[in-house]
Amino acid sequence: MIAVLDYKAGNLTSVKRALDHLGFPCKITNSHDEILKADKVVFPGVGAAGKSMESLGELGLDRLLWRLFEARLPILGICVGLQVLFDMSQENKTRCLGILPGEVRRFPEKMRSGTGDFLKIPHMGWNAVSFGNDHPVFQGIPAGSEFYFVHSYYPQPANPDITAGMTEYGITFTSAVAFRNLVAVQFHPEKSGKPGLRLLHNFCLWNGVS
Amino acid sequence: MLSKRIIPCLDVRDGKTTKGIKFKDNIDIGDPVAMGRYYYEQGADEIVFYDITASSERRPIMLDVVRRVAETIFIPFSVGGGIRTLEDMRDVLLAGAEKVSVNSAAVLNPDIIRQGAEAFGNQCIVLGMDVKKVAVSDKIPSGYEMVINGGRTYMGIDALWWAREAERLGAGEICLNSIDADGTKTGYELELTRLISTSVRIPVIASGGAGEPQHLLDVLNQGCADAALIASMVHYGTYTIEEIKNFLSRNGVKVRSSW
Repeated sequence: MIAVLDYKAGNLTSVKRALDHLGFPCKITNSHDEILKADKVVFPGVGAAGKSMESLGELGLDRLLWRLFEARLPILGICVGLQVLFDMSQENKTRCLGILPGEVRRFPEKMRSGTGDFLKIPHMGWNAVSFGNDHPVFQGIPAGSEFYFVHSYYPQPANPDITAGMTEYGITFTSAVAFRNLVAVQFHPEKSGKPGLRLLHNFCLWNGVS
Repeated sequence: MLSKRIIPCLDVRDGKTTKGIKFKDNIDIGDPVAMGRYYYEQGADEIVFYDITASSERRPIMLDVVRRVAETIFIPFSVGGGIRTLEDMRDVLLAGAEKVSVNSAAVLNPDIIRQGAEAFGNQCIVLGMDVKKVAVSDKIPSGYEMVINGGRTYMGIDALWWAREAERLGAGEICLNSIDADGTKTGYELELTRLISTSVRIPVIASGGAGEPQHLLDVLNQGCADAALIASMVHYGTYTIEEIKNFLSRNGVKVRSSW
């Protein structure tokens, strides 16, 4: 059973629907008992870092996530679920979980495209991710595959070794990280068609070892 | 770099899609879920569903469509048409849509944008704008006026001012429809699109007037649009999404080319 963390952070049903479609039993829950019995955890997120950390705190899920990480349970973080893993986010100047050293920054203002137009914020739409190594969760995803992004802040890991995927939008930024039993992505695999479904499928079969 | 998005738009009345001819794969063109699935498989980057049901019992029918679409396609989709309140937005988002689009409700009650953005996040709120070209005046300095009721009611509001105001209130994206161009198949309203897209920092989807791939090339380049809405071009089988994307690619526009 895969637990999809419910911390009132927007629409979680997309993730569940994708997992249902792939045939992996899952449950949207914030019950500590249920989560601790799960084989894997998906930590989704839509919205803002500040509000998310607040909700996680209220539900005790902040401490629980640390426990799960230390217990080597496979964890997949998505979007805000990636961002709050770091030390802090510039969004609402939020102190985050600190599982991954580094911070989350806002895209610089006034970035321009090759043709000179201002790049819009949020970064919204399909963009390519180049995956660095042979991580099991990114297996079989064709090079140059595009995924769906919608965000105004991006992660800046303190340790470049945990960067597993990079994307270009004005700047080149880390769009996927992998560290021990944790994989986290800035984009939405549940909204990224085939390559996204492949990523989710891989995660559902992963034993948590990199 | 970010790809430009090609977005088919489906009108839904009483739970059935209203436009189109039979495709060779025998898709039920009246079934919005089947049509959504078809466009998803054909490479659409997002899909828009507009509920044009007239009756007051529209909501449950449309929510059922939304739920079934969400189980079938794994790309973002948005829903508009008759969205007036926070409850309307919540129902649609919980049913599985990524975004909701507000149009006349926002013109009449701008605060709904702010409320929606605060409750659900800016990225969930799309401002639909129906615009007509008019004579430049003190009241309408841009020469483009906001209209509602399918273009029948002029609101005395400048479209450029309104776009900026909606951005300030928290809209995450604008879907800009030219009433003048809509249905003509002679191209999008390039001047209007460029004006709005270069004046706000949020993404702008061009809408109204597409008849051939060249029109999309024009609006994505000269019009500076981030995305283009298409309807009859694809609903009647005149072009496939693949053909449109190949054309754009050959002409230097970055589009998602595998799916």
